[in-house]
Amino acid sequence: MTDATTAPSPRMQRSITTPEGVMLHVTLAGRGERFTAVIIDLAIIGAILTAIVAVVIAVWSDIGGNWAMSLAIVLSFGVRSFYFMFFELRWQGTTPGKRLLELRVIDRAGGQLRPNAIFARNLMREVELFIPLSLILGGASMMENLFSLLWIGVLVALPFFNRDRLRGGDIIAGTWVVETPKAELLPDIAETQPKNELNAVIQFTPEQLSIYGVYELQTLEQVMRQDGENSAATKSTVALTIQGKIGWQPPDDQPVDPSAFLQAFYAAQRGNLERNVLFGKRRENKFDKD
Amino acid sequence: MPDLNLRSYDFRREREKSWRELDDLVKRIRRSGLSKLSASELRRLPELYRSTVSSLSVARSISLDRNVIAYLESLSVRAYFCVYGGREGLLAGIQRFILQDFPSAVRAARWHMAAAFSVLFLGCLTGFLLTLGNADWFYSFVSDGMAGSRTPTAETSVLRDVLYKSDDTAVDHLNAFASFLFTHNTRIGLLSFALGFALGVPTILLIFINGLSLGAFAALYASRDLSVELWAWLLIHGTTELLALVLCGGAGLVLGAAMAFPDKYSRMHSLAVKGRMAAVIAIGSIGLFFVAALLEGFARQLITDITLRYLIGGIALTGWLAYFIMCGKGRYTNDD
Repeated sequence: MTDATTAPSPRMQRSITTPEGVMLHVTLAGRGERFTAVIIDLAIIGAILTAIVAVVIAVWSDIGGNWAMSLAIVLSFGVRSFYFMFFELRWQGTTPGKRLLELRVIDRAGGQLRPNAIFARNLMREVELFIPLSLILGGASMMENLFSLLWIGVLVALPFFNRDRLRGGDIIAGTWVVETPKAELLPDIAETQPKNELNAVIQFTPEQLSIYGVYELQTLEQVMRQDGENSAATKSTVALTIQGKIGWQPPDDQPVDPSAFLQAFYAAQRGNLERNVLFGKRRENKFDKD
Repeated sequence: MPDLNLRSYDFRREREKSWRELDDLVKRIRRSGLSKLSASELRRLPELYRSTVSSLSVARSISLDRNVIAYLESLSVRAYFCVYGGREGLLAGIQRFILQDFPSAVRAARWHMAAAFSVLFLGCLTGFLLTLGNADWFYSFVSDGMAGSRTPTAETSVLRDVLYKSDDTAVDHLNAFASFLFTHNTRIGLLSFALGFALGVPTILLIFINGLSLGAFAALYASRDLSVELWAWLLIHGTTELLALVLCGGAGLVLGAAMAFPDKYSRMHSLAVKGRMAAVIAIGSIGLFFVAALLEGFARQLITDITLRYLIGGIALTGWLAYFIMCGKGRYTNDD
């Protein structure tokens, strides 16, 4: 889960350059999530295969056992081999399992996800998923020797041995599995203006606005977007700290509402910093010397 | 609000409406897919996407509002998924695949195909010569289940009968037989592609072993002067089936070669480019396996005339070669 205020760890972040030339950040899907997604998909495949067998048994005598049999063989094969391809083609790189877990297949280079990439990554499932699965479930005679076991073990464990969590199919298809980001557009804090009488009262000098940097501003943004139990207490502490640090006195020694103060300070501070950014001076934090 | 004097605030106020519009569109696509959008909405999607991506660039350079940047980034990524997530219609995609992608990928990998064919041929020759010299080799090359009654100790008449009678003589059984053949052969073919990942070694082994058993059968029948009949029986579907096997094997070799000898970029890049091309070949060969299974399951069981069997096999081979050589001229491109 990625929301507006907590950034995912940089280890899982990758960037793609879109065909428009803009760099976008994506978050790689976790191994556990991908595993869960594949289990869900396998469960659906299992259900479909069971349904096919049930239908075949039901109509066995009606249309003749051999017709039913051959239909079942081809259908089962088709479902097993093309389930993933079908959904990834039709659902833009997702399958029911991936969709439930908000995962998606994308092109590693940032281009269009083409059908050939979907073919490639899903053809490898035969050796990565179905053969190991049939080994576990028993009944695979051709894969009994040690070398095959070793090789398949390497393939299955592959996502654990690279930083991008690629499985063999992802490697030969040039794809990544990433999370679908979620972020809401919240109201601009600067927009909720302090009340007029206060607005006149809460003023800052340029010196007072030259103490903090971008980091402090965005931390303040985070504080002000909180609305937990203790948020009021936090806000008043933060307001007092800022007032002390920048040497700001409430006019006429009238105490001001901490929220109103913080809003006014945030708007003024952001205006000041953004103006400086436009002139090429980005003050990262309070330790940043000009 | 002139006293606010925030460029980033004005910027947001001007653009926010189009962000919201894109957000709604993306949410609807997530719920019910691209196909449910109207034509004008489909046109609007890339426009909105581009303007949002440019908003993101602007916001990154002028705004210090973290929420706005995070939101725009997330919205751009979600819209990017919709715009670049693949959107070709299924029918148009299949048509393009058959008419262009598949044959041109096969042409691009022609040397790998030649190599796979050589391995098959060598396997066949080895199996043939060894078995001809000493019939006991037959048992090493052909598994018991595959051989059935066809062993060096069998009567010549038994061997001949196999060529003209199927195990299930009733036509009723043929479709089950054909569908079994199809799924079995296709799995072997796709396996030989996927195993190319191990530098192509298992792929070569798999093709060679197939060649060995083919050669062993040929030697067995040659020793009884039944060669002409056997090859008629084999090639009616074999031209298609062996071609499909060569295609899959060649695709596996493309993969193995990309792994062992990366191009001028990195091994990962080389694998991704070649892997996608090889996958197109492997998927396409499923079609050939299907035709082969129909020929094997039906045509071979119903047609016993030797000349006709050769004729059908020859026509199939000519057809496939013409298709691969002539169809979809133009280089295989990975990203058009």
